[in-house]
Amino acid sequence: MKNIFNNKARITNAYLEKLGKDAVALIKAVGLMSLMLGSALKLAATPPFKLKNVFKQMEFVGVQSLFVVVLTGSFTGMVLALQSFTALKRFGAESMVGPTVALSMARELGPVLSGLMVTGRAGSAMATELGTMRVTEQIDALATMAVNPVKHLISPRVLAGICMFPVLTIVTDFVGVIGGYLVGVRLLGINSGVYIGRTVDLLHVQDIFSGLTKSLFFGLITTLVACHYGYYTTGGAEGVGKAATNSVVTASVLILVSDYILSSFMA
Amino acid sequence: MIKIEGLKKSFNGKKVLDGADLEIEKGKITVIIGRSGEGKSVLIKHIIGLLKPDDGRIMLDEQELTALNDADLNEARKRFGMLFQGAALFDSMTVAENVGFPLKEHTSLSWEEILKTVTEKLQRVGLVGVEDMMPADLSGGMKKRVGLARAIVMDPEIVLFDEPTTGLDPIMSDSVADLVLDTQKALNTTYILISHDIPFSYKIADKIAMLHEGKIIAEGTVKQMKENQNPILRQFLEGRAEGPIKVY
Repeated sequence: MKNIFNNKARITNAYLEKLGKDAVALIKAVGLMSLMLGSALKLAATPPFKLKNVFKQMEFVGVQSLFVVVLTGSFTGMVLALQSFTALKRFGAESMVGPTVALSMARELGPVLSGLMVTGRAGSAMATELGTMRVTEQIDALATMAVNPVKHLISPRVLAGICMFPVLTIVTDFVGVIGGYLVGVRLLGINSGVYIGRTVDLLHVQDIFSGLTKSLFFGLITTLVACHYGYYTTGGAEGVGKAATNSVVTASVLILVSDYILSSFMA
Repeated sequence: MIKIEGLKKSFNGKKVLDGADLEIEKGKITVIIGRSGEGKSVLIKHIIGLLKPDDGRIMLDEQELTALNDADLNEARKRFGMLFQGAALFDSMTVAENVGFPLKEHTSLSWEEILKTVTEKLQRVGLVGVEDMMPADLSGGMKKRVGLARAIVMDPEIVLFDEPTTGLDPIMSDSVADLVLDTQKALNTTYILISHDIPFSYKIADKIAMLHEGKIIAEGTVKQMKENQNPILRQFLEGRAEGPIKVY
């Protein structure tokens, strides 16, 4: 009996110890990310400006992600039209398919889906690149050459994320609406004038802006999380793999959580 | 002159440096030897400010390196060059871009002028026509040479070498030793190397210092070290498994 109590106490202690360690690690990560963000923004505003690095990262985050967001956005718009048509038809509101697609894309799906897709593509690549640079001492080499690694590596990536996520969201919204239109009008037979007219009537500028505001935060989250995990990578090739996985998982969760928080503020 | 005084550093409670003291003469080649994991890399990372000590200080002439703020430390780093163990070349850049990187960052030279200096430095380390190659296409020895060219491209006063012969065959190690001697003689620079390659150290060193359990336990010229009867030093220099240093 005494042994059972001892074992239970040991398991509880181990569990509490792990919980405590995780909590400390979380607080440490949040602290390091905040400091990294502060330094990255401060250094980005300090001459000499590394515009070439920023443009290179904008091309990587934005232009190279175009194909994946076009694909995601168009199919999401198409499936949304298909599903909402089935539901709205039940109470004779087929004309609302257009606004449903447009509002869903602009306020929610455009920023969230493009955010998640770019996190998977560019966020993981960023964490891997920085992690490899860390374990092969390339980041240390930068510092020994009197080049600030945060200014050289982190600031351009964070700025690129903040600039390009809203652009990618606009593209996702646009192709989503086009996809919805093609399915709604060409496939399901909704009148084209009604579809466009209803959409224009019910979609407001603030709907688009609320989505763009979200995407700005998602861009910051994705790049900052990727840079954090990459920059502080330890443990060789295994560590680089872990950094990539952790950055995608953490950024994706943070995008979904912050989406709810931002939505509740904007509602 | 660089003076290391009572340098202490621990990681997660494990003492790596435990009051290391060393004087490094200007214009000479100093080799710090010691077993793997004894803190040699940690010691040179302190010299260039990549790590901050828990206690102790490092003086470069009249300047206390360990007390500098980030901006002053960056200025001080311009007096250094460093060759990393794996050369730490930037994967995404060509050889010329790698070697010319410090010049691009810290001077207003045009790319043509930078390229001229890059070619000259590459020739000094025995490389010709490799400017447009990518680091992935270079052999281990070539990477070290490119790394050295990058380390000396700004004509620094002090060059640090982290295990320059690790991963190289004996012939290539000897060739790196010749390269170290040639460039040091030509540039009259202070070279600080860490190594556990004894023949290499004997060939190049003006002074050898042995780091053991966080302290410099012996130092002197090659002749003095060969004559030193410290049992720990003897075991290490002779490469014996038996002796006061326990093998785990």
